[in-house]
Amino acid sequence: MQALEIADKTFTSRLFTGTGKFSSGELMRDALLASESELVTMALRRVDLKEQNDNILKYLLEANYNLLPNTSGVRNAKEAVFAAELAREALETNWLKLEIHPDPRYLLPDGEETLKATDELVKKGFVVLPYVQADPVLCKKLEDVGTSTVMPLGSPIGSNKGLDTRDMIRIIIEQSNIPVIIDAGIGAPSHAAEAMEMGADAVLVNTAIAVSPNPVEMAMAFKLAVQAGRIAFEAKLADKTNTANASSPLTSFLS
Amino acid sequence: MFIDLLNKYNWESTTDLIYSKSDAEVRAALKSNNRTIDDFMALISPAAEPYIEKMARQSQIITQKRFGKTIQLYVPLYLSNFCENNCIYCGFNSHNKIDRKVLTYNEVKEEVIAIRKLGFEHILLVTGEADVKAGAKYLNKVFEIVRPYMSLISIEVQPLKPDEYRELIKQGLNTVYLYQETYHKARYTKYHLKGNKSHFENRLETYEHLGKTQVHKIGLGILAGLEDWRTDSFFTALHLNYLKKNYWKTKFSISFPRIRPHSGNFEPNSIMTDKHLAQLIFAYRLFDENVEIALSTRESASYRDNMVKLGITSMSAESRTNPGGYAHPELNKELEQFSVNDDRTTTEISRMIRNNGYEAVWKDWDFILQ
Repeated sequence: MQALEIADKTFTSRLFTGTGKFSSGELMRDALLASESELVTMALRRVDLKEQNDNILKYLLEANYNLLPNTSGVRNAKEAVFAAELAREALETNWLKLEIHPDPRYLLPDGEETLKATDELVKKGFVVLPYVQADPVLCKKLEDVGTSTVMPLGSPIGSNKGLDTRDMIRIIIEQSNIPVIIDAGIGAPSHAAEAMEMGADAVLVNTAIAVSPNPVEMAMAFKLAVQAGRIAFEAKLADKTNTANASSPLTSFLS
Repeated sequence: MFIDLLNKYNWESTTDLIYSKSDAEVRAALKSNNRTIDDFMALISPAAEPYIEKMARQSQIITQKRFGKTIQLYVPLYLSNFCENNCIYCGFNSHNKIDRKVLTYNEVKEEVIAIRKLGFEHILLVTGEADVKAGAKYLNKVFEIVRPYMSLISIEVQPLKPDEYRELIKQGLNTVYLYQETYHKARYTKYHLKGNKSHFENRLETYEHLGKTQVHKIGLGILAGLEDWRTDSFFTALHLNYLKKNYWKTKFSISFPRIRPHSGNFEPNSIMTDKHLAQLIFAYRLFDENVEIALSTRESASYRDNMVKLGITSMSAESRTNPGGYAHPELNKELEQFSVNDDRTTTEISRMIRNNGYEAVWKDWDFILQ
């Protein structure tokens, strides 16, 4: 399986994980360990940047994960840039998962503000991983302003509905020069495998692991599904066909 | 404005409609993937009572999916019990002969330090409605004192002017709780005899002002015990729907405080039983996956323990409803607004949450996001 490169970092695992919704810090720690994830996102709203010993951050720092702070809670580019700069200072990482969703219910990303913030943050030296709609044009525009990846949603965040946007994701993957990470809505290992088979570079999973009755086993299942999907992609899937293949060639008379 | 929508409804015929909901309508509401306000009406109706177990199960699944296995903790800080209103169900009623107190800035600091030591980072600042003694200017100063110790500041105070809200939002205000108490316009003035709160429409209009400020969260609700809880809850849901559509950048939280023993002698007009309250919480969750639902220390320990996993998203703990109650618990006991029903310590509450397989969340906001 090929390694994944994003900006200055190389990842063996193509499963990125989140830290919300777990029933305890210990369970989160164990699930992340089982997932073998190397990049973990956490909401700035949940962690204590001053003390760094809260129930999320202490486990992440202990295990030496690559931290991907996210801006969940901000509603526009201005708030996102402000939060990003303070997070960079406090957490000593210039990596940022940019989430701008002014709608607090479906948490759907605001493309216009995301593009504006990405442009500004890239200029300020951030490695930006923006959460976006599965909008191929927006993804190209983000690439143009220097984003490190794009993170289109499979379906609304937390919905566990899988790749409802697969037709658009296919186009995004086809057109992209930077890694494409499917960020939201992945509810089952089969969804993750499907994304990887399609050629996504990685997936980010949170709810489906955290809310499972057994998060550790589920993390392991996602790890295997992501690996299986990626290996299949690299091995090149056989084409689907609706008809049986004739075993006797029709054109042998030509040779 | 919501008042225009509300005026299209008649209280009595709405009540009749709720009470005439059929078993078939409840079953249809339970099955639906896209519940309407009409489904909500079925779910709060007497016809839904036999389905409470089914509702609990669905409520649990939906809540876990959206909020995870977590419960947010917050604590109220009573700043002042001065009040210019005369609400017949409230201990702070201006006619009640009780000692009145507004915390000095030094006392606020003392309180917030005591609260921080308990572990809280989400604070709810509460006052009676007294613009002169504890108005916007006072609150501004209190915010300055509180902010270094807390991550999220909410208020439950008198309706403020839009500019006053905006100023507080700049200072870190995240959530405003404002209760209409009852949506029964004709009966509203029987409970709210005097003061600003006696003006039903003015109070209702405050939600529009608040929505326009784009404050992060608005908490609404009724006081259970005034009018028929089913009808009042229906109108709360109607209000919630209206606010969601018109002020789409704001989150909403609902709660259903039930009248507790207090100074004064008001007896509830309508009784909401434990089972009714549970039915209502499940109905709200089935109607709105995203709305936050709080359960305060007005409810008993055993009730709160059982509800942790069934649809609520936040709880208060170790609440003192008397100004100055945290730094000096015994000093101002007689000043309290009502007596709490669950007096366990914060440690006991967070242990209970953990024993239920849930994580107590102390911090879910940061001023850097504001």
